[in-house]
Amino acid sequence: MSDETKTATRHKPPAATVRQRSQRELVLRRFLRHKAAVVSLVLFAAVVLLAFAGGALWRYDYADITSAVSVPPSLEHPFGTDNLGHDTFAQVLRGTQRSIEIALLIALLAGLVGTLWGAFSGYYRGITDSVMMRIADLVLTLPLLAVAAVLTRGTSGSWWFVALVIASLQWAYVSRVVRGVVLSLREKEYVEASRALGATDRWIIFRHLIPNALGPIIVNVTILVAAAILVETALSFLGLGVQPPDTSLGLLVSEADTAVSTRPWLFYFPGAFIVVIALTINFIGDGLRDAFDPTQRKVRT
Amino acid sequence: MTPIVLTFTFRRLLISIPVIVASTFVVFLLVTLSGDPLANLKGRNPPPSPQVIAVEAHRLYLDQPVLQRYWTWMTGVLRGDFGPSVRTNLDIGHEIAARFGVTLRLVAVAVVLALLLAVVVGVLSAVKQYSGIDYGFTFAAFLFLSMPSFWFAVLLKQGGISLNQLVGDQVVYTIGERSVVVDGGAWAQLADAAGHMVLPTVSLALISFGAWSRFQRASMLDVLNSDYVLFARAKGLTRRRVVVRHALRTALIPMTTVTALDFASLISGAVITETVFQWRGLGDFLVTSINQRDAYAVLAWLLVVAVAVIVFNLIADLLYALLDPRIRYE
Repeated sequence: MSDETKTATRHKPPAATVRQRSQRELVLRRFLRHKAAVVSLVLFAAVVLLAFAGGALWRYDYADITSAVSVPPSLEHPFGTDNLGHDTFAQVLRGTQRSIEIALLIALLAGLVGTLWGAFSGYYRGITDSVMMRIADLVLTLPLLAVAAVLTRGTSGSWWFVALVIASLQWAYVSRVVRGVVLSLREKEYVEASRALGATDRWIIFRHLIPNALGPIIVNVTILVAAAILVETALSFLGLGVQPPDTSLGLLVSEADTAVSTRPWLFYFPGAFIVVIALTINFIGDGLRDAFDPTQRKVRT
Repeated sequence: MTPIVLTFTFRRLLISIPVIVASTFVVFLLVTLSGDPLANLKGRNPPPSPQVIAVEAHRLYLDQPVLQRYWTWMTGVLRGDFGPSVRTNLDIGHEIAARFGVTLRLVAVAVVLALLLAVVVGVLSAVKQYSGIDYGFTFAAFLFLSMPSFWFAVLLKQGGISLNQLVGDQVVYTIGERSVVVDGGAWAQLADAAGHMVLPTVSLALISFGAWSRFQRASMLDVLNSDYVLFARAKGLTRRRVVVRHALRTALIPMTTVTALDFASLISGAVITETVFQWRGLGDFLVTSINQRDAYAVLAWLLVVAVAVIVFNLIADLLYALLDPRIRYE
C-alpha cells in the first residue's frame, strides 16, 4: 500500500499543454509504453470474454451433471469433471464470471464511497476530518472474518451480498488515499481562485478536487479489484463467501482442497484462473500508475 | 529520542484508546447479533434442564442487558479478566497468550525471511534496472502478489508431501506446529519444530516478499537517482561501494516502516496459512470463536491484534524518526 501513498503525495496536477484533451492522450500514450500492462490488458479482456461469452456458448452448463464422473482432462472435458459429473471447464467459466462481477462491484462501491468520504474529509479538515478519519480507522480495525460471519448468516450467500460485505470494509483504504491527495490539492491556487469567484464547496469538491485526484483513485481502485478477488477466495475458503449452488473461483478452489492429490485438475485450473486475473490486473494497475504519475517514472541516468 | 517524539508517542497512544473501545464495541454487537451462544447446549440430546441453561446463561452474562454485558466485560478487562468463554474450562487470557506465541513464532521468522529476500531482490532489480534480471524479479514479485494465500499454501503442502514420498522420509512436516511425541533431547525437539516451520513460513514469507521487493526496488531507485549518489560516483568511489555504503543505507529507511506496519497485519493475516497447515495460532482461535459465537473470545483476539497494530505503528514512527534525521514530529 505504501507505494500508492507515495504516488498520492507526489501526484502533481498536469502541466498546461497546448492542445485540448492532450492530458488524456498523454496518459494513454504512457500506458501503451508499458508493455507488460498492455499485454495484461489484452489477456484480461480475453479472460473476461471467455468467461462471459464462452460460458454461454460452451456445450455444458455449469449446473449440468454429465455421466462422466471424476474424469481427468480430455477433449470432451478440457478441465476434467468432479465427483458429481460437473464439467469443470463450465464451472470455472461460471466461477470466473462471478469472481469478476464480485471484484468489480467491490471496486465500484468502495471506490465511490471512499472517494466521497476522503474528499469531504480532506476538504473540510478540522473536526469533520478528525471524526471522519476516526470512523475510517475504526472500520480498518474490524476483522473481515467477524463481519462476514455475522452478515452472511441467514442470507443465501448471493454474490452481490458477499461483494457488499467486503466493500463495507474496503472503502476505508480508498478514503485514506483520497484524503491525502485532497489535502494537498485544496491548497492549490486554482482552488483559491475558484473560491474567490464564489464557487460553493460542493462545486470545488466535485469540479476541481475529485477530477484532479482521479489518477491515484483509478490506480488504487484497479489494485483493489485484484485484492478483492483474493479476499473473496479467502472468504470462500473459510466458508463465508459465495454459497452453492452458485459458484465462484474461490469456492471452486476451496471445494477442491480435499481432492488435490486425487483429482488435481479440480484444484489447479480454477486457481490458475485466479492467478491470471489478479496478475493481469496488478500489471494494469502498475501501467496506470506510471501513466498517471510521470514524476514517478525513473529516468535512465 | 527527543521529548517531542515522546509527546508525539503519548498523544498517539491517547488517540488510539477511543478507537479500540469503539472497535471492540462494534465487534461485540456483531458477534452478539450473530446468534445464540447457547444453541449447542440447548440442542443437546437429552435436552439439559432449564436450571443448567440458566446457570450457563448467568455465567456468560446473558441474563444482563446487552449494553451492560459489554460494560461488565470492559471493566473486567481493566482488571485483567477477559470474561467467560462459551467453551467451559477455557481461560481466554491464558489461551490467547499461548496462541499469540505460536503465531508470533510463525510471523517473526516469515518476516525476517521475506525481508532478507526482498532487500536482496529489490536492490539487484534497481541496480540492474530494465535488465533481464529486473524483469524476471518483477514478474516473480507480481506473481506472488497475485496468488491467493490459500491456494499457494496448499500448493506448497502438496509439494512437501511429494518431497517426503520422493525421499522416503519425513523431511518437512505438513501438519501442526510440532509432533505429539518427540524422541531425543533438545536437538531433536528443535529439529522437529524447525521441520514443522519450513512450509508455513515459506508460504507466508513469499506472499509478503512480493510487495516488499517492489517497495525496496522503488526506494533504491529513488536513492540511486539522487544527487549525493551521483556526487559519490563523481568523487571516484567504485560503484559497488556507492551502492552498498551510500545508497543502500538510505534506501533501507522506508523499508523499516513498511516492515513494521505489515508485521502487525500479518499477525491477523496468518489465518489462512494457519488453517491450511493446522497450526493452533491466533487465526484458528478466531475462526473457532466466531463459529461458536464466543463473543468474549473474539473480543480478546481483537484486543491483541489492535494492540499489536498500535505498537507496531509506533515502532514504525519511532524508527523513522531515529533513522532519518530529516523527519521531525510536531
